[in-house]
Amino acid sequence: MTDISLSGPSAAGKTIPPGARAMRLPTQWLGVAPFIIFALMFLILPTLYLIIGAFQSADGGFTLQNIADLAQPTIVAAYWISIKVSVASSLLGAFIGLAIAIAIVRGGLPNWTRSAALTFSGVASQFAGVPLAFAFLATLGRLGLLTVLLRSIGFDLYQHGFNVLSFWGLTLTYLYFQIPLMVVIIVPAIDGLKKEWGEAAATLGATQWQYWRMVVIPVLWPSFLGTFILLFANAFGAIATAYALTGSSLNIVPIVLYAQIRGDVLHNANLGYAIAFGMIFITGLANVFYIWFRTRSERWLK
Amino acid sequence: MKSGKFWAWLTFVLGAAYFFIPLIATLEFSMRMKRGEYSFEAYRVVLGDARFQESFTFSVVAAIFTIILGVLLVVPTAYWIRLRLPQLRPIVEFVTLLPLVIPAIVIVFGYIRMYGSSSPLPFLASGLGTNALLVIGYATLALPYMYRAVDTGLRTIDVRTLTEAAQILGAGWTTIIGRVILPNVLIAVLSGAFLTFAIVIGEFTVASLLNRPAFGPYLQNMGANRAYEPAALAIIAFAITWGCMSLIQVLSRFAPKSANRPN
Repeated sequence: MTDISLSGPSAAGKTIPPGARAMRLPTQWLGVAPFIIFALMFLILPTLYLIIGAFQSADGGFTLQNIADLAQPTIVAAYWISIKVSVASSLLGAFIGLAIAIAIVRGGLPNWTRSAALTFSGVASQFAGVPLAFAFLATLGRLGLLTVLLRSIGFDLYQHGFNVLSFWGLTLTYLYFQIPLMVVIIVPAIDGLKKEWGEAAATLGATQWQYWRMVVIPVLWPSFLGTFILLFANAFGAIATAYALTGSSLNIVPIVLYAQIRGDVLHNANLGYAIAFGMIFITGLANVFYIWFRTRSERWLK
Repeated sequence: MKSGKFWAWLTFVLGAAYFFIPLIATLEFSMRMKRGEYSFEAYRVVLGDARFQESFTFSVVAAIFTIILGVLLVVPTAYWIRLRLPQLRPIVEFVTLLPLVIPAIVIVFGYIRMYGSSSPLPFLASGLGTNALLVIGYATLALPYMYRAVDTGLRTIDVRTLTEAAQILGAGWTTIIGRVILPNVLIAVLSGAFLTFAIVIGEFTVASLLNRPAFGPYLQNMGANRAYEPAALAIIAFAITWGCMSLIQVLSRFAPKSANRPN
């Protein structure tokens, strides 16, 4: 704290006269002005507008009523199913993605498997939205190839409680972009594990398990956790896939919000703001956790 | 070690199965339109559909404008941050990551409420304004990818020396950015551009809520009303994504690895 108050004037007095400094500062900032204005107008202010709206009554006064109104059963159920799908698809996606990444980098597989998996992951991680829903309907829908094939060998998925328009159906579909996203981000981190570390650990008499527990996991942990949070936010905000897959038969939060924006189905504009605020709150909270975990793990790494 | 290799193969094969079965199933389904034989009938119907052509063209144009806006916004900013305002880097990086945290549906909801026809800045009052807002929204969604691509590109060139050399030769800022910096990071910019294209071309949420006749809402509409055409469209969309990502891979081979380092 004292550093700032001391170095400020002394540095200014030493090099540049105060007048010239005042002249210089604005032109410096002019270079980033378009970006700052764009970010304010089209990213930050629209979001703030909704957040403020969430705490306003219809006549503009402050209220917590909108937030309290979120407690109605349909909205709570929507948040709950959204959180379940996002947690399930990001947890499974993170661990399966990690397993695939370890297999292709460290598993002793031929080189082509690595480049093939990475190229494919790059594509699949961006293959989301409506077309992805079509692909899974063609695979696991009632007339999908896999459903028909399994039925022909005597196993009826739908008789066993599976439905592509359900929690597990949606989770399975989301994994199609979640797993590749994890692979794409975590492979460079695994590449960053130096061979020398393994050798050093072996020289010091560490077992394979100790090497993993004390070297590999602590080094990968921050990127793994960060990607997990990214996957969570990715699934939580996604609407196109779910909408095209299930119509409105599976009421996740973005679909409720979508219906509200289109036609004020809740008959309360400010309740729509509260739903949006709830979404930002949850993804924001996830990121706070991530930053907290990361600073902790970095401190521990030192 | 032998068992390790077995598990690695098993993981790889199971992963490959999960990712290929839906593609094969979709391809198979898309070719079943004619009863009793495999044909490309669904593709013929889709590609001949006037609404397909219109919505696809609309989205391609929107993507091109998004890329232009993204480049104009990101290149000067990332350059200036590297050259003059490194202390702003954490803040700008944080802002560019926000679109990954704030869901697209929330951002567009904010637009609809802030820029409605009775607001001081009535973007939504006219078709042209709404199109502009669509492009702006897409540029926002693509911001994290575009910024990262350009910033990575800038890291491989010596921004300071290039700028000083250009200044000595009497170049102004527009010339420096347009004719010195941009050509040097062109490959990075193109990578960001293709990624933007892949994101924008089938985007549903923003286009649908702004009521634009884009490819994403068209896809959704087909999905709700037809059986075989959606499968054909899914294959087409996958091919487009594949094309964009392959171009990025090809481009990355031409990218300089570390031009400013002596070793």
